[in-house]
Amino acid sequence: MAAPLTLVLIVAVTIRAVLFSSSLAEPLMERVEVVSPLNAWKRVVEGLALLDLGASPYSGDVFHETPLIIYLFHFVIDYADIVFMIADGITAVALYLAVQDYNKTVFRKQKYALEADRYPHDCLELIRTPKEMYYIPLKVALFYLLNPFTIFSCVAKSTCGLNNAVIALFILSTIKGSAFLSAVFLALATYQSIYPLTLFAPALLFLLQRLYIPVNFYRPSFWLFTLQYAVMYLGSLCVIVCLSFFLLSSWDFIPSVYGFILSVPDLTPNIGLFWYFFAEMFEHFRFFFICVFQINVFFYTIPLSIKLKEHPVFLIFMQIAIISIFKSYPTVGDISLYMAFLPVWSHLYRFLRNIFLVSCVMLACSALFPVLWHLWIYAGSANSNFYYAITLLFNVGQILLVSDYFYAFLRREHHLTHGLYLKRKDGSEATLVLK
Amino acid sequence: MGLLSDPNRRRALTNLLTRLNTPLCIVCYLAGVAWFMGLAFEPFTLRTYMSENAMGSTMVEERFLAGERALVTAREFAAQKKKMGGMPVDWLVKAMQARGLEVFTQSFSRTLPFPDENKERYMVHGTNVYGILRAPRAPRTEALVLSAPCTPGSSNNQAVGLLLGLAQYFRGQMYWAKDIIFLVNEHDLIGMQAWLEGYHHTNTTGMSWTPLEGRGGSIQAALSLELSSDIITSLDLVLEGLNGQLPNLDLANLFYAFCQKIGVLCTIQGKLQRNDWDSAAGYSQAVQTMLLMVLKQASGRPWGDHGLFLRYHIEAASIRGINSFRQYKTDLTTVGKLLEGMFRKLNNLLERLHQSYFFYLLPSLSRFVSIGYYMPAFGLLAAILLLLVGMREPFGPGVLSVLTPLIISHLTGVALYTLPIMAQQTAVEHFPVSETEAVVLTAIAIYTAGLALPHNTHRVLSGEGTEEGWRVLKLIAIFYMAVLLGCTALINFSLGFILALTLVPVAAFITPHVPRVLSALVMVLLSPGSTLLFSIFVYQELQEAPITLLEGWNLFLSVISQGILDHNLYGSLVYPLISLLVYPCWLLLWNILFWK
Repeated sequence: MAAPLTLVLIVAVTIRAVLFSSSLAEPLMERVEVVSPLNAWKRVVEGLALLDLGASPYSGDVFHETPLIIYLFHFVIDYADIVFMIADGITAVALYLAVQDYNKTVFRKQKYALEADRYPHDCLELIRTPKEMYYIPLKVALFYLLNPFTIFSCVAKSTCGLNNAVIALFILSTIKGSAFLSAVFLALATYQSIYPLTLFAPALLFLLQRLYIPVNFYRPSFWLFTLQYAVMYLGSLCVIVCLSFFLLSSWDFIPSVYGFILSVPDLTPNIGLFWYFFAEMFEHFRFFFICVFQINVFFYTIPLSIKLKEHPVFLIFMQIAIISIFKSYPTVGDISLYMAFLPVWSHLYRFLRNIFLVSCVMLACSALFPVLWHLWIYAGSANSNFYYAITLLFNVGQILLVSDYFYAFLRREHHLTHGLYLKRKDGSEATLVLK
Repeated sequence: MGLLSDPNRRRALTNLLTRLNTPLCIVCYLAGVAWFMGLAFEPFTLRTYMSENAMGSTMVEERFLAGERALVTAREFAAQKKKMGGMPVDWLVKAMQARGLEVFTQSFSRTLPFPDENKERYMVHGTNVYGILRAPRAPRTEALVLSAPCTPGSSNNQAVGLLLGLAQYFRGQMYWAKDIIFLVNEHDLIGMQAWLEGYHHTNTTGMSWTPLEGRGGSIQAALSLELSSDIITSLDLVLEGLNGQLPNLDLANLFYAFCQKIGVLCTIQGKLQRNDWDSAAGYSQAVQTMLLMVLKQASGRPWGDHGLFLRYHIEAASIRGINSFRQYKTDLTTVGKLLEGMFRKLNNLLERLHQSYFFYLLPSLSRFVSIGYYMPAFGLLAAILLLLVGMREPFGPGVLSVLTPLIISHLTGVALYTLPIMAQQTAVEHFPVSETEAVVLTAIAIYTAGLALPHNTHRVLSGEGTEEGWRVLKLIAIFYMAVLLGCTALINFSLGFILALTLVPVAAFITPHVPRVLSALVMVLLSPGSTLLFSIFVYQELQEAPITLLEGWNLFLSVISQGILDHNLYGSLVYPLISLLVYPCWLLLWNILFWK
């Protein structure tokens, strides 16, 4: 399996290298769909210039990346292209390994369940076979590396690719069962963009499951491990933040990075939901609605964790998707990360209801983004409403996609316990309806 | 959400759509066409009105009286032009300086990718002369442009004369709050392109020009003047710009309002408005005017020197003097008054023209159809594609077998886009044709070769085509077409609509099981190339200058070369759109027909 992965990596790197040297790279760096004020390369360069002048990189209100990123590029600025390509490669390999391991776990569990005869007899067609699972890790890597969204994001040198790499490493270390590394990478991801904070719950659930500790509030072992993981997480977060402080010897970055993410002062259009609302809103209501919008990202963690506590990896997928939909400055790079997971759930295909419609909507929207941007900014004949309408549709498409997968997952689980061919009480064939 | 989540209701809806699919498609198509034709019917259109308050209620008294003197200047200019055998730059500079303007020149040169046989030019060298009248009343942050092209031969002398006359008159007035730039551009659009690029410090087309030495404020509006006779019978307004972009409707309203006030006959597309909308002749006149606008807009080329201003966010229009056999004549003084009035109103602008519509069609100068009214016509056609897509839920194997035709048809498209210009030298060496002919004929040859190519290759590469295979391919092709036409219609409604009119029926009926020869014939007749040919005949018919088949063919060839030139010179997007996207999409459908 290593050979096809190498091949995919080579193809991906070649495409990126060609695009880096083509004339496409320059305009891509300006596209609001691909870069946001948080992760634009131009801003990183500006921050570096300020740093080289001996000023605080945050003094110009242009740079909003974390101090670690700027110090990383301080040393490798000449090799920025390669860094971004490597980041994409790391993400793909990490996801590949993680999914491979996860599939093994899934298969083992399924085998035990089969041996224990826990599945209803008509569910045999839902049982997953090693043959269909064999290529899934490769498909995941393929989906990430050759997704046009990832490629654009990489060619535009959006630092989103680095965040994705950190999150992918976090997923890998979690699935490999290394609590310490998992906590460190989670802390790093949180440090980068706050929102991955919500991945704490699924990671904890997964590690608990791996150690066969039941989620039971009356068990001391549960509390012990939770405490242990939380301390590791908070400890490494603390270390990273303090390290940043010592690097710059100022706390400037806290308001400049986290304040910027949470209070959304920059209303440059992007593919997210924030900009239009807050451009239109009266200043008076701004604080209230910022709270409402931001809570969206964190709010779903609790019900989802309760519902999916047996399936933490699916929960990770859901959380990443929710983050990329509801975060304040989303870019297409964020979307590509959760899209890479879609092949993992390919066995849910038969239960998906709107996948065709949703993929059509998302493809059409991706084509319409540049067209409406052209009409609004360049031709001056359309206005922001046109662009926002497409943003809205795109996000509705994403939400439908995620909820469709959620429904399909739950439905499969339901069938695995209750049998595939459900009967009503009167004996007629029943259908499941989500209401 | 009920429809999305409840499987029973969904099934009911899908069944209904599947059962009624064919009648629904036919109804949608007919309704789309009927809606479009109905747009020109007067009760369905809106009366134009001035939206911009700054231009609305101000009373202006026009005092320009120097029409006769302008004619004298025009004759002098003509004599100088004849003597120089081209643009009399020095004379123009002196004339403008004598009228108190700050005068600058800009020289430019451009080698065309291949000779332009219509205008007989290949290596173009020229000079633009422009004079700036600085605003006495306000900081010089905004400007207006009045331009007149200096064309070879005896045309357009009066325009330059009037421009100089207006410059002299405007110089004496104190109320200007915006700089006024008087521009005489050589080699029509090429000169205009050089001047605009110089003014805005951009270089999008790789042209060489000397930088501008003097500059006014940001340009708010521009008028381009074309006059070739001492007296005129009517004034024609030209709005269509590059890529089908239109100026704000208020500019047309302004022109119309002043024509009404001063009592000049005004036309659009060369068609005079009729008052009897309820008669067949009146309706037919409106339809013809609107169809001409649609065809011109769809061509994506600038139809006057104003066409390139629109790209820089500047509202611009061309005003063309027409001298026909009518009784009622207008002299240059009146035209001057009209321009004076328009400039004084534009001078009052507090912000860019933005109040009125940017997306409209004009069945006459006093009536317009806004985007909300005409989009449904396209929407009904696009609905057919959505119905066809929505019906199927395919997938499964065969994605790879679909990939080959996709790649091959796009490679053909790339060849169609790049080869004609790259291969012209080789073609000229081996065949007895001129460069221009070589380019056009290569394009046509590749276009035709594309028909033979794809349906033979997919079998070689992927074995037997399956039933599932063509269904997936058709689904992809239809979805592709829906997105493509949708995007096109947003940018250039006319182009999108005309393409939809011919491509949608093909997409709807095509399967490998229809009678092959007949369908192939229908498909070729409805291909993008044939659409262009038909459009030429329709256009000539509407212009009341019908042509024979042979003339039509020659015109077809020259239109193709113009399209390629427009793309290379001004960055018009129609040629790349057709060759890189629409044609491959059509080839996919062609591929389905020959699926084995």
